[in-house]
Amino acid sequence: MKKSPPFVTRRNRLEPVVEQGVPDNGDTLSPNRAITVALAGQPNVGKSTVFNVLTGLSQHVGNWPGKTIEQKVGTCHYKDTTVTIVDLPGTYSLSANSPEELIAREYVICQRPDVVAVIINAAALERNLYLLAELLALPSPVVVGLNMVDVASHEGMKVEPEVLQAALGVPVVPMVATKNKGVGDLVEAIVRLVAGDLPYEPKVPEIRPDHKGVLAELRALCDPHVPEPYPPEWVALKLLEGDREVTRMMEAHLPDDMWLKVHAVLRAHEDAVVDVAGGRYEWIGRMTRAALVRPRIGQVTFTDRLDRVATHPLWGLLLLAGMLGLVFGLTYTIGMPLQDWLDTAVIGGLADLAGNLLSKAPAWLRGLVIEGVLGGAGMVVTFLPILLIFFAVLGLLEDMGYMARAAYVMDRFMHLMGLHGKSFMPLFLGFGCSVPAVVGTRIIESWRARLLTVLLAPLVPCAARMAVLALLAPAFFGPAAPLVSWGLILLSLLVLVASGVVLNRVLFRGRRAAFIMELPLYHLPNWRTIGLLVWQRTVEFLKKAGTIILAISILTWALSRLPYGEVETSLLAGLGRLLAPVGGLMGLDWRMMVALLASFVAKENSVATLGVLFGSAEFTVGGGSGQLTELLGSALTPAAGLAFLTVQMLFIPCAATVAAIRQETGSWKWVGLSMGFLLVVSFGMAIGIYQLAALVGV
Amino acid sequence: MVPLSELRAGEVGVVQVLSGGRGVVSRLAALGFTPEAEVRVMQNFGRGPLIVSVRDTRIALGRGEAIKIRVLKKEAVR
Repeated sequence: MKKSPPFVTRRNRLEPVVEQGVPDNGDTLSPNRAITVALAGQPNVGKSTVFNVLTGLSQHVGNWPGKTIEQKVGTCHYKDTTVTIVDLPGTYSLSANSPEELIAREYVICQRPDVVAVIINAAALERNLYLLAELLALPSPVVVGLNMVDVASHEGMKVEPEVLQAALGVPVVPMVATKNKGVGDLVEAIVRLVAGDLPYEPKVPEIRPDHKGVLAELRALCDPHVPEPYPPEWVALKLLEGDREVTRMMEAHLPDDMWLKVHAVLRAHEDAVVDVAGGRYEWIGRMTRAALVRPRIGQVTFTDRLDRVATHPLWGLLLLAGMLGLVFGLTYTIGMPLQDWLDTAVIGGLADLAGNLLSKAPAWLRGLVIEGVLGGAGMVVTFLPILLIFFAVLGLLEDMGYMARAAYVMDRFMHLMGLHGKSFMPLFLGFGCSVPAVVGTRIIESWRARLLTVLLAPLVPCAARMAVLALLAPAFFGPAAPLVSWGLILLSLLVLVASGVVLNRVLFRGRRAAFIMELPLYHLPNWRTIGLLVWQRTVEFLKKAGTIILAISILTWALSRLPYGEVETSLLAGLGRLLAPVGGLMGLDWRMMVALLASFVAKENSVATLGVLFGSAEFTVGGGSGQLTELLGSALTPAAGLAFLTVQMLFIPCAATVAAIRQETGSWKWVGLSMGFLLVVSFGMAIGIYQLAALVGV
Repeated sequence: MVPLSELRAGEVGVVQVLSGGRGVVSRLAALGFTPEAEVRVMQNFGRGPLIVSVRDTRIALGRGEAIKIRVLKKEAVR
């Protein structure tokens, strides 16, 4: 019989409870209490569904301090108690394998939540209890939410919550969060555990007998030097596991001679990491022996049947191509017309309105509002319908469990670039908009692979670039425009692959991150989860449009007007003239270079700027393409037109994307590298294409 | 003892040894690839990544990672 350790929480001290009787009333709770709960769980356990059901729209989404990993906090109420719920990142363990795992354990150790609620997928009980085994070594008491019991029984598994609870000695609440079953019981268990109303006698996992001696030795060596608030026993265990962060911490805190001793012990037990993990799984085996009934071996499940197609090297690719075709189909049939309508009717209408309202105001103010604000940030917002389609479809596929399969079938191709399958998802998002693509790289564990994906994301032609392409290609190529457009999109993707191969060789010497990814069971989508996801991403995008995109739009507009109020004599035009010699190599005059520079605000701005520079008065904000097509067609040769379209497809991304790259990489160095790289690639390709076309006499 | 990557679809191996860097070993062990654990190969086309099932979970593994897991084929254990 193991003794349960005493738990000291911020507000109360939980003594091991002896009596098994459960007093069933809320009277023992003092009124208006506030408690904090950390919500933990492995990926694919329905944790976000639990969080959404509990907190609804009370969620606050931000970042963990100093990290680019999303932090969600929300509140819910149980009788008189306000429960603040902090959603920890989904992690398989609490080793220092990823920033998410570090965040989760640092939060539990340093912030000492009153309770850690760990959500467990009943259909993969053993592996899920691994996280519980790690959490029980930390100071906060733990409640288990046994989720997805419906999925487990569908898979032929039977889990007895009462038996599991008796074995573990911690409260176990059976749940089906997608059907809102048991979530209230979880909150009740949390509140009552804090109040001392529930028995809490955890059977804490112990290390294997052959490592007990060395663990005790490490603990004795470290104990006086372990910094607060880290538990010495846990520190000793993590040292034995070879944990990078804890090793670094103790190296800094131990006197040199002690560290040498510790180091010698660790050197002699370098392989202990597998034994410690194995010990935890032995403990899990004992805990689940009575509680878990397995199906006969060889039963073919729904997931197996679907995976025969979805993960097949050929059928899987075709299925994926079909899904992507569907997204593009929706984009063209619904998204693009809606974007066009928002552009002409809403932004154009607002521009007219502003023009009337400001008819007596100075011209610069009118210009600022109509061309700077509405033409820049306003134009970016018109792409929201297209983004909504991407967010919704990708959220749906993710929630159903398909996205992991897409990553799996794409792994062979991503391999070429030193990436693995997971990088495919954010890159695909890039067809909608580069901003969510860059932000979406957060799902990639390895920093190296993530950085490479961020650098490549701007090369995926976004909806805005494709809109410019669709608008301008007919000016140079008439009926052949669709063919040229598809060719240019294909060219962008080829450049992306080539860039990936080269950047991987040069920056990372061809090393490749490990590909280890869970393929979750398929399940029916949860509309609430998808809806909230789409909502949060939309809000995030609009916030960006209202702040940084707005600021840069106004700044670039000012550059195009200062100092004399005319584009032709502006600072931006000066810059364009400065670039004219480079432009000459690809057959472009200063006006085309200015249009290219203006695309930094928003990609469509290059069209609007051309309208101004070529004196097509009707062609301004919200005007649709008028006679610009004719003017451009006569001003540029097809070779120069092709060069312009090439450079605009590959040019540095818009300001919003640059801001996102800065945010995700955390340094201007990588932003600089990305911009420099894209400048070289886009100018290089355009010059090459123009010279080649001129050579063959186009 | 053979690398997991050599098992064909449908075959079951019992994990013996994990090799490779500490980070990968730690991740694999946490997911349940510990000595004595049974691993069933669900898909293996001889190149590219493979799908295995360990402790009720399907996991996609790069071939490089699968080579690092050495197993005894189940028939041989009997």
